[in-house]
Amino acid sequence: MIKNKTGKFISNVYLIAMLIFMYLPIIYMCVFSFNSSRSLTRWTGFSTQWYERLFSDYTIGEAVYYTVLVALLATIFSTIIGTITAIGLSKSRYVIREIITNINDLPMMNPDIVTAIGMMLLFASLGLEKGFMTMLIAHITFCTPYVILNVMPKLRGLDPNIAEAAMDLGATPFQALIQVIVPQIAPGIMSGALIAFTMSIDDFVISYFVTGNGVKNISILVYSMSKRLNPTINALSTIMVSIVTIVLVLINVVPVINAKMKNKKISEEGNY
Amino acid sequence: MRELIQFRNIVKEFDGQLVLKGINLDICENEFVTLLGPSGCGKTTLLRILGGFIEQTEGEVYFDGIEISNVPPYKREINTVFQRYALFPHMNVFDNIAFGLNIKKENKDVIKQKVTKMLKLVGLEGYENRAVTQMSGGQQQRVAIARALVNEPMVLLLDEPLGALDLKLRKEMQVELKKIQKEVGITFIYVTHDQEEALTMSDKIVVLNEGEIQQIGSATDIYNEPENEFVAKFIGESNIIDGIMLDDYRVVFFDKEFECVDYGFHDNEPVDIVIRPEDIDIVDVEKGMIKGTVKSILFKGVHYEIMVETEHEDLKVHTTDVSEVGKEVGLSFFPEDIHVMSKMAAY
Repeated sequence: MIKNKTGKFISNVYLIAMLIFMYLPIIYMCVFSFNSSRSLTRWTGFSTQWYERLFSDYTIGEAVYYTVLVALLATIFSTIIGTITAIGLSKSRYVIREIITNINDLPMMNPDIVTAIGMMLLFASLGLEKGFMTMLIAHITFCTPYVILNVMPKLRGLDPNIAEAAMDLGATPFQALIQVIVPQIAPGIMSGALIAFTMSIDDFVISYFVTGNGVKNISILVYSMSKRLNPTINALSTIMVSIVTIVLVLINVVPVINAKMKNKKISEEGNY
Repeated sequence: MRELIQFRNIVKEFDGQLVLKGINLDICENEFVTLLGPSGCGKTTLLRILGGFIEQTEGEVYFDGIEISNVPPYKREINTVFQRYALFPHMNVFDNIAFGLNIKKENKDVIKQKVTKMLKLVGLEGYENRAVTQMSGGQQQRVAIARALVNEPMVLLLDEPLGALDLKLRKEMQVELKKIQKEVGITFIYVTHDQEEALTMSDKIVVLNEGEIQQIGSATDIYNEPENEFVAKFIGESNIIDGIMLDDYRVVFFDKEFECVDYGFHDNEPVDIVIRPEDIDIVDVEKGMIKGTVKSILFKGVHYEIMVETEHEDLKVHTTDVSEVGKEVGLSFFPEDIHVMSKMAAY
């Protein structure tokens, strides 16, 4: 008994230490975004001036706009491309499927800097002007493998007759795809899209090499600002952390609530 | 009866391997037809060609007089009950059954009415909102049947639908399927490897082996008059003995001449002789047509399975009478119990 208790105590301490280690820097940053002075180490009092500055700063606003726009577009395109590719692969022959999935894994293991320089050289040799379009293309490219990787296992678990059953009941192949296949692999598509979105939002290396024409995302902007310490970065980061936290909470809580509502409905209707 | 489906010289090749070797088969309206054969005999392949999921290498399929090889599955008036049901797990029972009607954009009230009628037919009233993943195998089976039948197809294809159910449930569903078929009055094409299932339900049984039709006939035809050794062995249990047909109604085996009811063979033609184990009686040694010793006895529930060792071959006997190992017995049977078949062509 005593051994168990000490064991539990140690594991709790370990867990708390881990959490502190991971979250203390973030909390520290959040707290200092409300500091009244410029100092990043000495607390001088509460103020929201850095938030005010953030919202009045045009370059920051523009960077946020580009970051979100690129992330949304890259997520949409890479999710569509990745899902279609995964479905195609699941129906192709074993050898082709193995080759393509291995090629698909390569860019994820490759260091970002290699991909970045490769992309930069490619765009230069094609004579494309660096800017918003090149950044978007690059983001779609490095996001797609993550979608494929997330959708493939869901397809493997699918009943092989299910698409046939839909077509047997009069659905065209497209209807079968939309009404039967997609709803069942939806969790895989969703997690693929979420990973694509986060990969795109926090990408620095690749974006830095392929953008131009004054188009900057948040990472590039923060990098250029970090030489002159400025708490507006703290404010911006705090807002991003809050958004991510809210989104994550929603993603995890909404399905639980939905399931509960559904169960309640069934048990109510079941009483006849 | 009108011929609804005609297979003409269907050949199917998978990676250089012939799965179907020229199938010719006619299926009539309102028939319960079973494609029976061991696994790998091509029965499911034939069904999938009819459903439109794979294309034959050679040959034609006529449906209601029209060649349908180029018609996609969603335009065929055929519905299928799949081996592992293939229900849509993200939909409840109602939406599963209504799927085909929703695709056809039928009126909501009509859909509700038709689905309710189907649920009643398969005995699942009140299960509309149940998730299909929370149902037992037997219930899922019923949903799959309702989902197919609600579209009012001319033909229902069933691909080993009872394979995953336990024995008792399987027997219940056999009776029920036959009942449903009579009620809706359409053609059922049923694929199975279970000979008992085939005998219980079918109007017509098509015995397949290695991509070829071995015999087509009613349950009694196939059981009592198997056309060759394969059919005799596959349907029920049998003793198969080499013999020689002297002339009509006279056959020799075990160095003895027997009277039989078969005719139309060449004189002195070598033949296979089938005697079903239940047709052999164990009698006293002196009364028997063949003498032997009881080699082993197995209790099978309804009857005993007794192996009798004779001078030539061991014979299997099914009897309700008790015997004992080592006992000298006589075996006796009637002329009509002897069934003579031509030797199978050597492969």
